[in-house]
Amino acid sequence: MLKQTEGSHAVAEAVALCRPQVICAYPITPQTHIVEGLGEMVKAGELADCEFINVESEFAAMSVAIGSSAAGVRTYTATSSQGLLFMAEAVYNAAGLGLPIVMTIGNRAIGAPINIWNDHSDSMSMRDAGWIQLFAETNQEALDLHIQAFRLAEELSCPVMVCMDGFILTHAYERVDIPTQEQVDAFLPGYQPRQLLDPADPASFGALVGPEAFTEVRYLQHHKQLRAIGLIPQLAAAFSKEFGRNSGGLLRTYRTEDAETIVVALGSVNGTVQDVVDEMRERGVRIGSVSICSFRPFPLAALRAALEHAKRVVVLEKCLAVGLGGIVSDGVRKSLSGIALHGYTVIAGLGGRAITRTSLTRLFEDAGRDELEQVTFLDLNADVVSFELERESKTRRTGPTAEAILRRIGPVAASIG
Amino acid sequence: MDAQIKFYQTGTFTVGNRLLAEDQRTVQADMHRTNSLNSGHRACQGCGEALGARYAIDAAMRATNNQLIAVNATGCLEVFSTPYPETSWQIPWIHSLFGNAAAVASGVAAAQRALGHSHVRVIAQGGDGGTTDIGFGCLSGMFERNDDVLYICYDNEAYMNTGVQRSSATPPLARTATTPAVGPYPGNVFGTGKNVPRIAMAHGIPYVATASVSNLRDLERKVTHAMSIHGARYIHIFVPCPLGWGSASADTIKIARLAVETGLFPLFEAHHGEVTAHTQIRHQIPVTEYLKLQKRYAHLFGSPPDLERIALIQQMADHNIEKFDLLH
Repeated sequence: MLKQTEGSHAVAEAVALCRPQVICAYPITPQTHIVEGLGEMVKAGELADCEFINVESEFAAMSVAIGSSAAGVRTYTATSSQGLLFMAEAVYNAAGLGLPIVMTIGNRAIGAPINIWNDHSDSMSMRDAGWIQLFAETNQEALDLHIQAFRLAEELSCPVMVCMDGFILTHAYERVDIPTQEQVDAFLPGYQPRQLLDPADPASFGALVGPEAFTEVRYLQHHKQLRAIGLIPQLAAAFSKEFGRNSGGLLRTYRTEDAETIVVALGSVNGTVQDVVDEMRERGVRIGSVSICSFRPFPLAALRAALEHAKRVVVLEKCLAVGLGGIVSDGVRKSLSGIALHGYTVIAGLGGRAITRTSLTRLFEDAGRDELEQVTFLDLNADVVSFELERESKTRRTGPTAEAILRRIGPVAASIG
Repeated sequence: MDAQIKFYQTGTFTVGNRLLAEDQRTVQADMHRTNSLNSGHRACQGCGEALGARYAIDAAMRATNNQLIAVNATGCLEVFSTPYPETSWQIPWIHSLFGNAAAVASGVAAAQRALGHSHVRVIAQGGDGGTTDIGFGCLSGMFERNDDVLYICYDNEAYMNTGVQRSSATPPLARTATTPAVGPYPGNVFGTGKNVPRIAMAHGIPYVATASVSNLRDLERKVTHAMSIHGARYIHIFVPCPLGWGSASADTIKIARLAVETGLFPLFEAHHGEVTAHTQIRHQIPVTEYLKLQKRYAHLFGSPPDLERIALIQQMADHNIEKFDLLH
């Protein structure tokens, strides 16, 4: 059914169609509308046999999810930013225990300075936690990925994060096609746990594992993700067959066939990137782009196949490995092992900074002339930075940096546009 | 046998089950007890926690007709019971993290509701560190939501698994690795610490009790009663730790009994936030009898002994006796 609705609400409807049995909720912007929507459905009795639990922290949210998933029921939660960091210990634990929990991340920056707007720092910080991470490009894909995520998680006994850009997707009203319950039921069978806390068949979970077995347990966790490399495209194909549209998969290429310059990005920014690619193609520039959907497992082979004929790759990242540069770039570089081409890391959109077509066009043109630094910060205000650096070199007691920069920039209204 | 049996034997450590009708005997006296925490685990000799857990979980198993799932916080109980690939647990049991046992148990309980398994009950358990400190947020959340979980804290008054560091359940003046017996104020400082049974009561949950491994029949009864109630319940069990307290392994029960009889560890029950029963102290014993059996208090008994601060501990005991009316 076509519906004009908010991204968060579309996800709530998708999750409800997956018949979750326990949902734990703790508010944090910008994922809040998703669990609010689900809470309303449970309260109204529209979502049968489902427990909705208002917990006291994100750490508790993931812990409740661990308990319910281990007790054999389909479990869902959502979070963002600080919330994901606050639950970090339990995030690793859920993966280590092999519990197929599905969690939406409304991607948001991490403080300090506190910032509620979008970037990918939160889910990227959990990149090695053992969760599968799927990034949605549009609201439709966010909706669709949740349906695929439960099946993927349960087939592998591995938790899955569906990452969607905070505000840009979570709060955007767009047309989405919401499938019927029959369609979802046909695609997603009931949950058959591999392991279960069951008085009829007592087992101990979460025992101490020493050096004699820890590597093997970890390897099997890695092996699950290697299997996911094969399973994710299969599920995307099965989904396409059932629902009549393409969503998910490892990655998608856009006009890369003869491209000399290929841009790699994750999430909603791909829409803007593709617009710029179209515009530059019209001017005869051989440019294309790749949208990575599966960040974990990282699709090394598929990415290599997509990039190996290019002259240069620009990795557009909404996150920063402080002291190194890019996070996605590391994986891209690994995928291109032995292939000599120019690789550029561009840090963009941190803390919700708009990534405009104008800036991207200029950036890609600079890249085309190979005039980019290895690591570039898109639209970095160099004046503000040098002023602050100079101030710090002159005075010992400079006070907090973020506040000083804000004072110099002035009211927000003066700097937008 | 309808009449309430009263036990007047003193100075003995056991009261014979043989005096009772079979249905009034302890769970542990029953040849069909489940041995939920089976023999072969790696607890130290004289471990109060192993004893408390064995009695508590077996009692809960009997009360639930063996339909029980247990969640365990990280700590001694977790480590000594499940050295992979061996496990002492004869029940479905999960260990997730140090600070989340109450929340994991909430999740297990929610799953039982979602599945319509109203007969399957849930226990969370941890030491005092996992309960009064790092797990406190999750514990309070579980209480506040009145989730159908019995949480059992085995209180040995410090972080024993990591090598005897202070917790918020460590009593004043006790020596731990992080409150060493050095300087002008040796041991843990006065005016600190957290009384979690009373904080649990402040949540207004259906049932809160304290229990001790010195009063095992009472412990079994409290666990059994707790399992007859739905909603959030809390039992705080006093479990001496010979290793951490510097006491003789053979003195575990004796020390636990002295903690009760000095008034330092009052045994009481509370329903919906109100104290409804307490265990009477028949002969109050001075705290020195309790303290001097433990090397963690040795710094109080030098020459000359630190009478001033021993008196402060006596005041704590006297305060409990007055507050809970323990002599009556």
